[in-house]
Amino acid sequence: MTDTTTPGENPAASGTTRAERVTRTLVRDVALPGGTGTMALVTLDNGLDHTKPNTLGPQGLAELTAALRGLQQRAAAGELVAVGVTGKPYVLAAGADLLGVGAVTRREEALELGRAGHAAYELLHTMGVPTFAFVNGIALGGGLELALNCDYRTVSSDVGALGLPEVGLGLVPGWGGSYVVPHLVGIEKAVDVLLTRPAASKPFKAAEALDAGLVDAMFDAADFLERSIAWAEQVVRGEVTVPRREPDPEPVWDAVLSATRRRLDAVVAGSRPAPYRALELLAGARTWTRAEAFAAEDEALADLIMSDEMRASVYAFQLVSGGKKPAGAPSPDLARPVTRVGIVGAGLMAAQIALLVSQRLGVPVVMRDLDTERVEKGLGFVRSTVEKLVGRGRMTPEVAARVTASVHGTTQIEDLAGCDLVIEAVTEVMDLKKRVFAELEGIVAQDAVLATNTSALSVTEMASVLQHPERVVGIHFFNPVAQMPLVEVVKARGTSDEALATAFAVTKKLRKTSVLVADRPGFVVNRLLVLVMGKVVEAVENGTPVEVADSALAPLGFPMPTFELFDLVGPAVGLHVLTSLREELGDRFPRSPGLEKLVADATRVVLDAPGPGLPKPVNPEIQEAFGPARPGEPGVLDAHGVLDSVLTALTVEIGHMLDEGVVAAPQQIDLCMILGAGWGFHTGGITPYLDRTGYSERVLGRRLLPAGVADVPRDAG
Amino acid sequence: MTVATESSPSSPGAVRAAGRRPVRDVVFVEGVRTPFGKARPDGLFAETRADDLVVKAVRELLRRHPELPPERVDEVAIAATTQQGDQGLTLGRTVALLAGLPTTVPGYAIDRMCAGAMTAVTTTAASIAVGASDVAIAGGVEHMGRHPMGVGADPNPRFLAERLVDAEALDMGVTAENLHDRFPHLTKERADAYAVNTQARYAKALANGDIGPEIVPVAVRSAERGWGLATADELPRPGTTMEAIAGLKTPFRPGGRVTAGNASPLTDGATASLVAAGDVAEELGLPVAMRMVSYAFAGVPAEIMGYGPVPATDKALARAGLTIDDIGLFEINEAFAVQVLTFLDHYGIADDDERVNPYGGAIAVGHPLAGSGVRLMTQLARQFAQHPEVRYGLTTMCVGLGQGGTVIWENPHHADYSGHVPASTEG
Repeated sequence: MTDTTTPGENPAASGTTRAERVTRTLVRDVALPGGTGTMALVTLDNGLDHTKPNTLGPQGLAELTAALRGLQQRAAAGELVAVGVTGKPYVLAAGADLLGVGAVTRREEALELGRAGHAAYELLHTMGVPTFAFVNGIALGGGLELALNCDYRTVSSDVGALGLPEVGLGLVPGWGGSYVVPHLVGIEKAVDVLLTRPAASKPFKAAEALDAGLVDAMFDAADFLERSIAWAEQVVRGEVTVPRREPDPEPVWDAVLSATRRRLDAVVAGSRPAPYRALELLAGARTWTRAEAFAAEDEALADLIMSDEMRASVYAFQLVSGGKKPAGAPSPDLARPVTRVGIVGAGLMAAQIALLVSQRLGVPVVMRDLDTERVEKGLGFVRSTVEKLVGRGRMTPEVAARVTASVHGTTQIEDLAGCDLVIEAVTEVMDLKKRVFAELEGIVAQDAVLATNTSALSVTEMASVLQHPERVVGIHFFNPVAQMPLVEVVKARGTSDEALATAFAVTKKLRKTSVLVADRPGFVVNRLLVLVMGKVVEAVENGTPVEVADSALAPLGFPMPTFELFDLVGPAVGLHVLTSLREELGDRFPRSPGLEKLVADATRVVLDAPGPGLPKPVNPEIQEAFGPARPGEPGVLDAHGVLDSVLTALTVEIGHMLDEGVVAAPQQIDLCMILGAGWGFHTGGITPYLDRTGYSERVLGRRLLPAGVADVPRDAG
Repeated sequence: MTVATESSPSSPGAVRAAGRRPVRDVVFVEGVRTPFGKARPDGLFAETRADDLVVKAVRELLRRHPELPPERVDEVAIAATTQQGDQGLTLGRTVALLAGLPTTVPGYAIDRMCAGAMTAVTTTAASIAVGASDVAIAGGVEHMGRHPMGVGADPNPRFLAERLVDAEALDMGVTAENLHDRFPHLTKERADAYAVNTQARYAKALANGDIGPEIVPVAVRSAERGWGLATADELPRPGTTMEAIAGLKTPFRPGGRVTAGNASPLTDGATASLVAAGDVAEELGLPVAMRMVSYAFAGVPAEIMGYGPVPATDKALARAGLTIDDIGLFEINEAFAVQVLTFLDHYGIADDDERVNPYGGAIAVGHPLAGSGVRLMTQLARQFAQHPEVRYGLTTMCVGLGQGGTVIWENPHHADYSGHVPASTEG
C-alpha cells in the first residue's frame, strides 16, 4: 500500500522524520451533463505542486474516511447517483506516507495503518452508488489501491506510472490490492503486477494498465476528466457495461502460484519476506471473503512494517531518491562550461562514454586512439549502438544523426586541443596513463579538466607528472555505461573544487548518480565487490565445494551468485583487480592460484541459465582448478561459514574505508553498492544489514548507522 | 461565401483561364462553446487557462464530426483580443497542437476586438471561397478575468493629440452613453426593458433546450475546492425585473443610463466552429447548418462604437443584393442594450421583435469579447432549423474603436435554398 516519498528530502541521511504532509479530501458536486443527477467529485490534494505528490498518512486517511462517510449518507438519501475520485494535476496519489510508515515503532500502530486504509477504501466499495476512480496522474501503491477499490476506473492517456511497487520496498499491497488485483485481472497478471514489475522497478503506463485490465477505459489527457465524467454517466445509465471476469479456476490459480514460488526460491531465495507474504495473500485471495483477505493484508502489513528488511528498504529508497544531490560536492557554480569533450582511447569503455556524452551533453566528442583500426572500431560501436536504439524505437533518427555526426575519431592527440574536458579510458597501466596526461597537458588549455576513468589506479599518482595536477579528477563509470546509474567521482590529493564541480556537473547531465570518493584503491564498489569474490574463492581454495561457495551468499539476495558475477565482469578483469587491491591494501584480498589457472585456461566459470531470468549455475568442472573439495573436514567452511567469512571481511573493510575517509559516511557506501552493484533495498545497501545482524558491533565494536535509521528501533519493542 | 448570391459563379459568359479556381460556397457546419463564466476571482474559470477553454471546444467539435478526417482541416483560426500569456503564442496553432490535431494542420491568431471570432469565420471563409483551403476551424476566446480589456495596451499619443478618437472612446461604456446622447428617444427605460426581456428570453430558451446542445462541459479546478465540472452559463439572472435594475449605479457617467443591468457582463468563455466549402461538406458528409451569403465590416467614429452594426449591415445587404426586409432572423451581440436599440431603431424594428435574439443575448449570457461572434452564428443556425420558413438571417456586432461587422446567412432548410454551387460547373 505504500510507495514513495518526496525526492529532495533525505531523511535517510539524518534519521529524522517530519510531520505528516496531509493530503486533503476536497469534495464538489457535479451535475452530470446528460441530466442523470449529481456526482460527488472527490479531489485528493496536498496543496503542493506535482513534485511533491499526494501521499496518505493517518490524518489524510481520517479526512478521506469522514468525507466518504458523508457521501455514503448522501447516497443513501438519494442525493447522489455516483461518486468520483481524482487527484491534483499529474498525481492521483503516490501511496502511503513512507516517512510516516518508517517512523512506526509499535506493531499495533502498524496494524492500525493497514486497518485505517481498508476502512477508508471499503467505503468506496459500499457507497451505495457506483464509484469511479479517474486516474489523472501517477497512481502507485495505496494510490492505485484507492482506484482498485472503486467500482470503475478510467485513466488519462499521459499517465506514466501505475503500479503496486510495495514488494520492492519490503511491503505488500495492504489496502486491498493483494485481493482485488487477482480477481480483477486474473492470477497470472496479478503476479506480474504484485511481484514481477516491482522487482524490475517498472510501473505500468496508461495503455499497458488498460491492456492488463487494471483500468476500464482510457481517455486523452486533453479532456480526460470531461470524458471520464461523460463515460461514468453512461455507466450509471446502463448505456455502457464493463464486463468482469470470472475468477480463475483453482488449478490455474495453483499452477501459476507454484511456478511463482519456484521462481522466488531461485531468485529471492528467502533473502527477504515480502515476496513470500505477497504470494500467501495471492493464494488466499482465491477463497477468502473480502473481509478475511483484508484482515490477512493487515497482519502481513503489520509484520512487514515491523521488519528490518522493510526499514532498510525505505532507507535505501530514500538514499537513491536523495542521491541526485551528491553529498560533499562543491558548488555547481564552480563547474567549467563543457563545450567539447575528448576521450582518449577508443576501446569499449571509451566508445560507450563517447556515445553517452554525445547523447546527453549534446556537444562534439573527439575519440582518439593510436591507430585507425582502433578508432574505426570505436566509431563503429557508436554507429551500431545508435542504429540498434533507432531500430527499437528508443532513439529518433534525428537524434541518431546528430549523435553519429558529433562523435569524431582521430589518431592525432593534437585534435583534442579545443576540449574543455578530456576523459582518458586507456588500458589500466599507470605509466601509460601518466604518459597520456603529460601529453595532453601540452595540448589542451591550461584550465581544461582532465579526467580518468580508472577503476583501481591512484589518480593522485597519475596527476603527479603534471604542472597542473589540480585539474585532474576521477570519473569512474561502470559497465555497461548506458545502464549503470552510478559514477564514482574521485577527488585526488590535489584536485581543485573547479575540476570536481565540473565532474559533478557533467555526470549530472549524463543522468548518473555521483558519489564523491577519496583516491583509495578500488574506491567503493570494486573494493567491496572484489573482496566478496576473493573471499568466496578463498573458501573454495580451502576445500569448500564450488557449488556450496557459489550459493552461500543467497541469504543476502544479491542480484546473482558469485561465479555468475565473475563471468559478467570477466574472470581476467576480476583477477586483475583482486591482485592490484592485494598489492595496495594487503592480504585481506586473498591470492587464488585456482582463479589464476581458470583465467590462464580461459575456462568458462558458469553454465547457461536454466531459464530466462534465472541464475546461471557454477560450472562444476572448475572445481578441478582449485583442487578436490573436502566438505565436512576441519577448517573447511560450509555455506554458513562462507557467508560469515564474507560478512566479517566486508565489515572489516568498511571499517577501514571509513577510517581512511574513502567516503564521508556509511550512507555513501550503501548508495554505491545499491546503484553500482545492484545490492538489494532489503539489505539497505550493506551497512544496515551488517548492523542488524550484529556484525558491525562484533567486528568493529560499534554500529555503522544509528539504531532506527535503517532498522526497527529495538528498544521500542 | 460569394460576393453576390447565387448568380455569380455560374453567370454565363464568365471567362476563366484554365486551372483558375471558381469562387466557392462556404457553409457553417456547427458551432460549440464552453459555458460562459463570471470574469472574477470566484468565477467558474478563474483557475482555468484560456487556451484550455478553446481546446475543449475544438475537441468537442471534432468529436461531433467523426466524418471529418482531422487532417482535412486546413486552418485553425482562433481570436483573442488580448494576445498575451495564455491567449498569446499564435493561439490557432497552439490550440491545434493542444487539441491533438495532426502537426500538418496550420493555424493563426486573429484580433478584431469583439468581432474576433466573427472575423475568424469570415477570414477562413474567404480563404475557402477562393480555393485556398477546404475546411477550417474558427473560434475565439476571452478570459477577461485574466485579461481585462486594454490591459497592457499602449495607445499611440497621436490618437489624442490629433483628436483622431475621443479621449473617452476607449471606454466602451462611455460610447454607449454617447449613443443615448445622440438618440435621446432611446431612453434608459427602453434599455432596461430590453435587458429584462433578453434575460427572460434566455431563461425560456434554456428551459426549452434551445441553449445547451452547443455547450461543452469543462473540467475546472480550484486549489481550494478541487475539481468540478462547468456545465452551465454562470452569468444569466433569470427573473430580472425593471424594478430590480432601475436603481443600479451608472458607472460610466454620473446620472448616466448605462448600468450593469443593461450591459453585458465581463465574461470568460470560448467558442469554436467548423466552416467548410460547400462541395467539400458534400464530399465528406458534413451537415450544412447555414450558407454564408455575404459579409462586411465597416467603421464609424469610435465614440459611437455601438452604431457600427448599421453601416456594416447596409454594406453586407448591398453586397448580397438583399434588403433588410429579406432578413427573417437576427442575432445581434448585446454589448449594451442601447447599441441594439440603435440598430433596431434604424431599421424600424420593434424593441421586442421576436425575430431578434430569440434566445436572449449577451446581456444575459455574457460577452467574452473575441469569442462572441461564433455564439451568434451557433444560435442562428439552431433558429434556422426551427424556422424553415425563414430564408435569410444575419449575425452582427459592434466592435471597439468604432467598427461593426455583419454576416448574412442562408437557411438550408428553406424550400428555396440555393444549395451550394458545384465548383466544377465552369472551366
